Amino acid sequence: MELIVPVKQVPETTEVEIDPSTGNLIREGVKATLNPFDAYAVEEALRIRDSHGGSITVLSMGPPQAESAIRDAIALGCDRGILLSDPAFAGSDTLATSYTLATAIRGIGSFDLIICGIKTTDGDTGQVGPGIAEEIGIPHISYVKRIDKIEDGHITVSRTLDDLDQRLRSTLPCLITVTKEINEPRLPSFKGKMASRKAEIPVWDSGTLDVDPCRVGSEGSPTWVVKVFHPSSERGGVELGGTPREQAGALLDCLRQRKLI
Amino acid sequence: MAEIKVIADRCTLCGVCVDSCPQGCISLEDEVIIGEGCTLCGICVDACPSDAIEIVRKRSEIDLSGYEGVLVFGEQVDGEVSPVVYELLGKGRELADKLGEDLICAVLGSEMEEEAAEVACHGAELVYLYDDPLLREFRDDTYTEVLSDLVRDIKPSIFLLGATNMGRSLAPRLAVRLKTGLTADCTSLDIDGDGNLLQTRPAFGGNIMATILCEGSRPQMSTVRYEVMEKAKRDESNRGEVVRRGIENLPVQDRVEILQSRRTAGESRLTEADIIVSGGKGLGEPEGFQLIRELADALGGTVGASRLTVDDGWIPYRHQVGLSGKTVRPKLYIACGISGAVQHLAGMQTSDIIVAINKDPEAPIFKVADYKIVGDLYEVIPEIIRALKED
Repeated sequence: MELIVPVKQVPETTEVEIDPSTGNLIREGVKATLNPFDAYAVEEALRIRDSHGGSITVLSMGPPQAESAIRDAIALGCDRGILLSDPAFAGSDTLATSYTLATAIRGIGSFDLIICGIKTTDGDTGQVGPGIAEEIGIPHISYVKRIDKIEDGHITVSRTLDDLDQRLRSTLPCLITVTKEINEPRLPSFKGKMASRKAEIPVWDSGTLDVDPCRVGSEGSPTWVVKVFHPSSERGGVELGGTPREQAGALLDCLRQRKLI
Repeated sequence: MAEIKVIADRCTLCGVCVDSCPQGCISLEDEVIIGEGCTLCGICVDACPSDAIEIVRKRSEIDLSGYEGVLVFGEQVDGEVSPVVYELLGKGRELADKLGEDLICAVLGSEMEEEAAEVACHGAELVYLYDDPLLREFRDDTYTEVLSDLVRDIKPSIFLLGATNMGRSLAPRLAVRLKTGLTADCTSLDIDGDGNLLQTRPAFGGNIMATILCEGSRPQMSTVRYEVMEKAKRDESNRGEVVRRGIENLPVQDRVEILQSRRTAGESRLTEADIIVSGGKGLGEPEGFQLIRELADALGGTVGASRLTVDDGWIPYRHQVGLSGKTVRPKLYIACGISGAVQHLAGMQTSDIIVAINKDPEAPIFKVADYKIVGDLYEVIPEIIRALKED
């Protein structure tokens, strides 16, 4: 089995707050990390490789420092990594990202299965996985919580789609996105950390990839952010004081008045 | 379709932008350098005290004038149109009125005639019905074929799908097929002065909201959060037309086979409850949810939970309210021992009435509450249950 796992480096915390007096973002030393949802994709790939043989290629698009997310995945046991990095990729939305990653995957050559995390913690869209599948022209199955079997050029999986529990079978090659239920990601081993330190990670830029310049970066991104703001939802409610019994009584009076009970 | 620039004449090299960048990609040397990690989020533009950073929009050269109408994907499960569709129709009607365009709904399924007629009573001028046994169950491949064909044919300016698992699986495939922009998980939609769709969604875990434009390509696609928009009103006297369309000429391919599909035995669904009583870490122990359940039962409501309690295994995930759980909009939401992290607030702050019970008077949950009870939930809740039983 040739496996590909696209990963992303994300800020370690999403606890970004805006200073209400200045409107500026309060940010204390943003540390970057492997997108936590991608850890499940990496773990699942490791398990498949260990039972079916083959190798795992980790792919990431980002600035040069995103290399460390690839090294994290290699420390967990992935075989090799490729970084897609070029100033021309800056400002990519999910359409341009799907295109760029798909182009790189075509460049890798033949593969059987692409495994993606369900979404990233920073962008939080979950759009890139299915986007890659469409761009390459292979089927995808989202929200996979268990791989039941892989044989005869097919993969059988279980997933929950809203209110439906489903078992699906797809032809290979195919792309799946996996949920947190699928496994318990391992920690890096000593051997893995050594391998990660030594690994050479090639950087592919727009020249290597031979991408259409109109389809990458901000040029290839139809969506863009016009405004960011801090959500305000303060209601200025009434405080109900007194003993617990009085508080309970006052609350029920209010709810009765509003015909909620 | 946009580019970020530093205007050197105005820049004072003060470094505010460096600290403001959530991606950490701005550096200060002899000049401000915006590196390739930039996502054009615009935070530095707002942060800059000298207005020295700007995002330049490139005007589209593509002719978009042929695109008209607001299309809603009428998703269905087991032949029943999903509740989120009626919310999309509500918002879609408003957008269509602002644009002076039609509201159109696409229903795909098998034996869906009655449901399509029902959709037509909810504000849509036109309902396209694809009724075929091959469409009985949702399939990414088939639905992508049918909907991309429809979009290419009728050229809507806006295309809305529910941010359900189904919508979130299908929409990105469609957007790539149609080579257009897609914004995930919108909580607010509006039309700007130029007739473009303003799509607002939570970013950075709900800490900030981002408004996104897709002015250079059509249709402007969004997945929309459930339980955030007002449902369309039913009006039988104003019934839209149902037009049948076939799939005979479409290359319907099935690379994914459905071996089994069954409805999960649902406890009453969180998103459909009128009353939700939610518990948080303030319960102190998993057993605290018994008290929450008792109160929910006494009120005829459903139990919700904060992410932390779910992460610690106190209660199953399906109860989770918040950005990474369900968005809910009940008539009454009672938050017990929940401090009110932004991620939780993002999932419940549009509830009609919010009651918060918490020991800590400074808990952020009180900011969104209509009724605030500062006190020990283990003292207050039994009193509420007792008083309810006395009635």
